[in-house]
Amino acid sequence: MIKYYRNQETAIMAGKPKLHYFNGRGRMECIRWLLAAAGVEFEEKFIEQPEDLDKLRNDGSLMFQQVPMVEIDGMKLVQTRAILNYIATKYNLYGKDMKERALIDMYSEGVEDLGEMIMHLPLCPPDQKDAKIAQIKERTTNRYFPAFEKVLKNHGQDYLVGNKLSKADIHLVELLYYVEELDPSLLANFPLLKGLKARVSSLPAVKKFLQPGSQRKPPMDEKNLEEAKRIFRIK
Amino acid sequence: MAGKPKLHYFDARGRMEAIRWLLAAAGAEFEEKLIESSEDLDKLRYDGSLVFQQVPMVEIDGMKLVQTRAILNYIATKYDLYGKDMKERALIDMYTEGVADLGEMIMLLPLCPPDQKNTKLTLIRERATNCYLPAFENVLKSHRQDYLVGNKLSKADIHLVELLYYVEELDPSLLANFPLLKGLKTRVSNLPAVKKFLQPGSQRKLPGGEKSLERARKIFKF
Repeated sequence: MIKYYRNQETAIMAGKPKLHYFNGRGRMECIRWLLAAAGVEFEEKFIEQPEDLDKLRNDGSLMFQQVPMVEIDGMKLVQTRAILNYIATKYNLYGKDMKERALIDMYSEGVEDLGEMIMHLPLCPPDQKDAKIAQIKERTTNRYFPAFEKVLKNHGQDYLVGNKLSKADIHLVELLYYVEELDPSLLANFPLLKGLKARVSSLPAVKKFLQPGSQRKPPMDEKNLEEAKRIFRIK
Repeated sequence: MAGKPKLHYFDARGRMEAIRWLLAAAGAEFEEKLIESSEDLDKLRYDGSLVFQQVPMVEIDGMKLVQTRAILNYIATKYDLYGKDMKERALIDMYTEGVADLGEMIMLLPLCPPDQKNTKLTLIRERATNCYLPAFENVLKSHRQDYLVGNKLSKADIHLVELLYYVEELDPSLLANFPLLKGLKTRVSNLPAVKKFLQPGSQRKLPGGEKSLERARKIFKF
């Protein structure tokens, strides 16, 4: 009886995480990066029609009627940060104590602030786009990149916190790829960030994820944007 | 480690209020250094005190922490308001983020251009009534316990109850059909530390009026 129960629990714990989202980066991509970097295989159930989203809502699978949603360890977790924090804790990417977690959270949130600006760019009205891009470039160059470069410079270690890979490094390196897509020259004056990017990209699990054919999603194009608008009923 | 946390922000709710609530509910005394001019903010920036040039910033346990969530998570862990294991933390995070989503809409309402305000207000009412409040009511209904997670007070309860006060300020009728939420609000409000914080003269900030918004615009230059 006990043996059966233990096997059951193991079976539930051992199943791959299942990601529910549309086939694009959006708010799920950082979760894909984190799982991949942790060496965790995962499944994806793509939302392709508004009706697919409705079904998830009517099922009661989405606590706040929104995706991302990740089925993991018997839970249906929503809210990107809740999902990321759980994965990070599970795979030991969240520091060794509360003070390290505080630094990791602080850096992750800074990455998120800039990342959010970049993520929303495709949704920006055409007449505001240039101004938005200018703002992103300014913030990157004067606020965010110097902050992270300084962290690495201060301790001279390979990773942002505790001399060990954490979610903060993974989120930052993902962001560096997006900044590079926007304008490669933005990374020019940040040698330590470039070093971190190279270092993290060379980790076997990340290297694999960066190769064509992985579950990493390409930049949003017109078609992808139209699909997202259709599914999420955005005008 | 023994000094009181020191909060750097301007004299208003804004993004610091959730931190004030959490510290207060944890029974932790704190000091506030109020930013009153844009020069005060510049000084903090030149000092190198603000990792991303922004406030809130909280000096606590030898750190100068910025980013609201980083600060809240640290305080919650320190004062045992973050559940007993990673699964409870996941639920607490999920609920907290839902509260933040609705809370953000309410917080940004004063900044809304006058011609969009009614639309925004309607959206807030709709989201509260059809999405967020039912979601939390259902959590309490599903386990019938006094608190959202693990039968114990956590940051999720404190953030939610703070939000319920703001929803009530907006429109008391919005809470009408949510008896368990009303029960949680009463229960948490009666905890000695929270009760004290809810009294006049505490460090709890009042709703910002036009004057407060103008002051924020001057300090933060927007």
